[in-house]
Amino acid sequence: MTAKKLGLKQRYAHMTRGLDWETSYQPMDKVFPYDTFEGIKIKDWSAWEDPFRLTMDAYWKFQAEKERKLYAVIDAFAQNNGQTGVTDGRYANVLKLFLTGISPEEYQAHRGFAYAGRHLRGVGPRVAAQMQSLDELRHIQTQIHTISHYNKYFDGLAEFPHMHDRVWYLSVPKSFFDDARSAGPFEFMIAIGFAFEYVLTNLLFVPFMSGAAYNGDMSTVTFGFSAQSDESRHMTLGIEVIKFLLEQHPDNLPIVQKWVDKWFWRGHRVLGLVAMMMDYMLPKPVMSWKEAWEIYFTEAGGALFQDLARYGLRPPKYADIATAEAEHISHQNWAIFYQYTHAAAFHTWLPDAKHMDWLSEKYPNTFDKYYRPRFEMWGQMAKEGKRFYNMALPQLCQTCQIPMGYTEPGDPTTICFRKTQFRGETYHFCSDGCKDIFEAEPEKFAQAWLPVHQIFQGNCGGATIPDVLNYYRMNVGADNMDYVGSPDEKLWNEWQADKIRTAV
Amino acid sequence: MSVVALTPDYEKHIEFRDLESNFHGNRVVYLHWEQHLSFCSAIAFPLPPSMPFGAFVEAIVKPHYNAHPDFEKIDWAQVVWMIDDEKRTPEMEKSLDENGVKHKSLVRFWTPGLSGYKGSAS
Amino acid sequence: MSQLASLTLYHNDEARPIIEAIIADNPGVRVLNMPGAVKLDCEGSLVVKRASVEERLGRTWDPQEIHLVIISMAGHLDEDDDQFSVSWKH
Ligand SMILES: [Fe+2]
Ligand SMILES: [Fe+2]
Ligand SMILES: [Zn+2]
Repeated sequence: MTAKKLGLKQRYAHMTRGLDWETSYQPMDKVFPYDTFEGIKIKDWSAWEDPFRLTMDAYWKFQAEKERKLYAVIDAFAQNNGQTGVTDGRYANVLKLFLTGISPEEYQAHRGFAYAGRHLRGVGPRVAAQMQSLDELRHIQTQIHTISHYNKYFDGLAEFPHMHDRVWYLSVPKSFFDDARSAGPFEFMIAIGFAFEYVLTNLLFVPFMSGAAYNGDMSTVTFGFSAQSDESRHMTLGIEVIKFLLEQHPDNLPIVQKWVDKWFWRGHRVLGLVAMMMDYMLPKPVMSWKEAWEIYFTEAGGALFQDLARYGLRPPKYADIATAEAEHISHQNWAIFYQYTHAAAFHTWLPDAKHMDWLSEKYPNTFDKYYRPRFEMWGQMAKEGKRFYNMALPQLCQTCQIPMGYTEPGDPTTICFRKTQFRGETYHFCSDGCKDIFEAEPEKFAQAWLPVHQIFQGNCGGATIPDVLNYYRMNVGADNMDYVGSPDEKLWNEWQADKIRTAV
Repeated sequence: MSVVALTPDYEKHIEFRDLESNFHGNRVVYLHWEQHLSFCSAIAFPLPPSMPFGAFVEAIVKPHYNAHPDFEKIDWAQVVWMIDDEKRTPEMEKSLDENGVKHKSLVRFWTPGLSGYKGSAS
Repeated sequence: MSQLASLTLYHNDEARPIIEAIIADNPGVRVLNMPGAVKLDCEGSLVVKRASVEERLGRTWDPQEIHLVIISMAGHLDEDDDQFSVSWKH
């Protein structure tokens, strides 16, 4: 007689049941001191259900297989000098922004999920958070390994962890994760697990990595999609968390709604960097930011919030404003970096005529009217030998820490200025979304480390721009300034000349 | 207290990072030229409160905006100033402080007839 | 309002039998081709059937193997020994 093989569901229950225990000589509240202060009420932790019934043995097996495949591609890419086959030398700048601004957040996600995995007392979410913590560590490792190959040839990559902690624009993603990691474990799960992973991460990885493939970077698309194959597990965790909290107690709804509103808006602001990468930095653009927003927020987010409406949860506040901003945000962000190119660790350039035509086609309502004239004016100035720079430091938003370059909803010709008072001090914001977030937790955000103010206070190496760039460990003349005239460009042109010579 | 914190005395430990006293005798002043978004945002300066407004115009405003093709066409007598939320006519020989420019004040100005490159607000 | 259930898979040889099985088993599926990836959307729900994949693959296939080729998804997930599905029920 052969024993009947268990089905997946029974097998999973069998392998994961009873991993937990009730403490005996210490009260549970002392062992798990962080999972009550946020006001979230959990009646029954055992009601947690894992949608992916992935046991630890299967997890290791699949992850090992993914790694094996990824490293085979990375090795082949290096052996074949894949870096010479991308669409253009400008492409490497995408990787610079990615490695300095996104990879370190994979590490922050790793730390954050380790924290949630330690401090949530239910066994289901703890196991899921621990798996995710391992995934996120894998992500930063594979990203460093993949991009290290580019570091042999291109500038701006070598000092990424140092820069992440100091450089003005990198404080945008850094402060986003610092905010999440200094919150309680439930807020962290909604912030990163739900709002970021479920609602927004697709916008980061799918069109962007597809863009890497389109631009001939097979190594990056492979780590990107390899990471993203973990994301679908992360997305299910995010959706499970929100369902679980909303089903556990009606008092959880207003707390969760507040977090959804906050983290949607914060995520939207951070992803503006990705918008700019997609619309301006990929030499061969694959999809506009606006198109990606329609697919992944309007359509996918629409389905999600329709589903969650049964719990009384409404779509995030200011989702309409964010959608309207999809017409503007990439242009406004690229304009910021173009004029501060002397202080950025990647190269900038003006879109050429063909690229501008693509932008006109993708942004018929806004590009020709508001942004093409700006780029044409700068192009004219550069031709006359008067390349346009902004020689002062920008005013930053107290919440998102981005230069306050966004315009009034409905009026793209006027900057959106918002402010509030807290204990006799004035605080400035780029939007109503950022202002609301501050006003909900002024005690926290009054402590923000704003790079511009820190420079003025003398905490960033000195009073002059060279002092500050030195503090950032920026290799001036190589890491910063325009692509045209850079060592990157020189090297790229040599590769192209070599190719022509070999072909002849 | 509106922040939900683990420690009940969180408020006692707030580190207000940008108090005027942290700027070594200066205060932070923000400046913005309206309808000229080539300058992507308002710009920030640490300035002594005693600086005369006229000196602020000559030493700060003019050199930081003169790269724009509209700059040459500005009729400074016609400029409309706004300090925080109020339209004002600054007294040039009086100090920033006397003109109501406080720590983290925003000074905006409009240049009538000039609305950026080809009228695009750029 | 429309509620699309969705799976995004690698666009490679390994995923091809799965993509084909999805197209065969989900009438009305919308196929969005992107460089390196393919996004499959279907109103309400989308299912991957083990038997259909095995038929095309010519070997046994465990629905959990989808972890090796999945890039993204939308909908509530359910998996057992015979299928893998995403759906919206509300
Ligand atoms: Fe990740
Ligand atoms: Fe993730
Ligand atoms: Zn902001």
